Amino acid sequence: MTRPADAPTEPELQRFGRPARWVHGLVGVLMLICLLTAAVLYNSSLQVLIGHRRVVELVHVWCGFALPVPLVLGLASAGYRAELRRLDRFSPADWRWLRSRSRRDGQIPVGKYNAGQKLNGSLSAGAIGVLLMTGVVMLATDLAPLGWRTGATLVHDWAALAVGLLVLGHLSFALRDPVALRSLRTGTVPRRWAEAEHSAWAAEVGRARDGRDA
Amino acid sequence: MATEQPDVDGAGAPVGRRVVLGLLGLGALGIVGGARLQDALGTALAPIETRDPTGLVGLLPLGNTFRYYSVTGGVDEQDAGDYRLAVSGLVGQPGRHTLADLRAMPQTELARDFQCVTGWRVPDVPWAGVQLGHLLDLAAPAPAATAVRLTSFDGAYTESLTLAQARRPDVLVALRMLDAPVTHDHGGPVRLYVAPMYGYKSLKWLSGIELTDEVVPGYWEERGYAVDGWVGSSNGRDDDPTG
Repeated sequence: MTRPADAPTEPELQRFGRPARWVHGLVGVLMLICLLTAAVLYNSSLQVLIGHRRVVELVHVWCGFALPVPLVLGLASAGYRAELRRLDRFSPADWRWLRSRSRRDGQIPVGKYNAGQKLNGSLSAGAIGVLLMTGVVMLATDLAPLGWRTGATLVHDWAALAVGLLVLGHLSFALRDPVALRSLRTGTVPRRWAEAEHSAWAAEVGRARDGRDA
Repeated sequence: MATEQPDVDGAGAPVGRRVVLGLLGLGALGIVGGARLQDALGTALAPIETRDPTGLVGLLPLGNTFRYYSVTGGVDEQDAGDYRLAVSGLVGQPGRHTLADLRAMPQTELARDFQCVTGWRVPDVPWAGVQLGHLLDLAAPAPAATAVRLTSFDGAYTESLTLAQARRPDVLVALRMLDAPVTHDHGGPVRLYVAPMYGYKSLKWLSGIELTDEVVPGYWEERGYAVDGWVGSSNGRDDDPTG
């Protein structure tokens, strides 16, 4: 079957560049490995089932060290830095969006990321930093005083639990939106989806295109 | 530009950065001050967690309860009939004890804390079993024997003690733990309990006692843990002694 050349195809907007997609994918895989190995190391029933404590620990520690690497390497890309800037800044509309009960009805203009996505991004980044910091202290048996290691273990455990819940929430939103999921592979979204979900961003892309075309 | 855009992307307060820095600050505070909080939480919740029939409290990262560690995949269960404990090496009288043999020997009971080198500590655990020293006496160690090498029927884990350590009255070949036969997950039917040392010395699924002419470092000891794992004065820790 070939697609008729003149079929009306839905116009697609470029949403994610290659660096952003790769960083997201790598961090996602490493995060899942860290969470699954953490569950085995932590939960007694899973530990009884899986065992191999030494191997699971090594995988957990090395994936944990690797986790921030793509986030840092991505900074070499201007496009990726621009995404971080958008995630960083909260406009007054973002606060309204967070407080609103009808936030999905399109009344509040949403930019490239809605306020929930921004919050997820900064909470994830902060938590990755905290987990890395506490993880290093836990491993530094010769350098850090015991009290610090105890504190680091406490923070690491609770932060991991919180991140696990955050990732579950993130995945449940993602799995409900096939277009958003696909855009992480292809980098593009249909214009109509963009207008419904991220109206201010769709308008911004439209203006940029008009400016170029003019 | 015709339309006014009050809410353009990339404008507004840098909230994301503040969240990240705030979390890092909280994390650092937790490292420095978390030990005190951990003590309070652990002490308050340990009795509930150890006896919680639902196991739900165990899902929370609280601390003072048993965690099941195993260095291999699934360990096959050994029931009372199959179980054998071999005593071998530099001995005049090699032995092969059944569970019934062990139960018929003089039993020692003690209640001591179980301290893991990773930090958790279970208070006042009741243990019962045969003193390791009693089994050594039965085996009549040769003069050349200076140490004991312990093996597990998980096929991978090993431990070691000097002969003097092994003869301490608080080192048990444990048959009972928490007022019941040692369960499989806790290393049953027979495990070691070395009261004054960290948990990794208390080998699970004990299957062999071998007398050797020198200390052979055990599984975790080859991976950096102290061979003489005294609670409170090894592995860079300062816990209250359990001996």
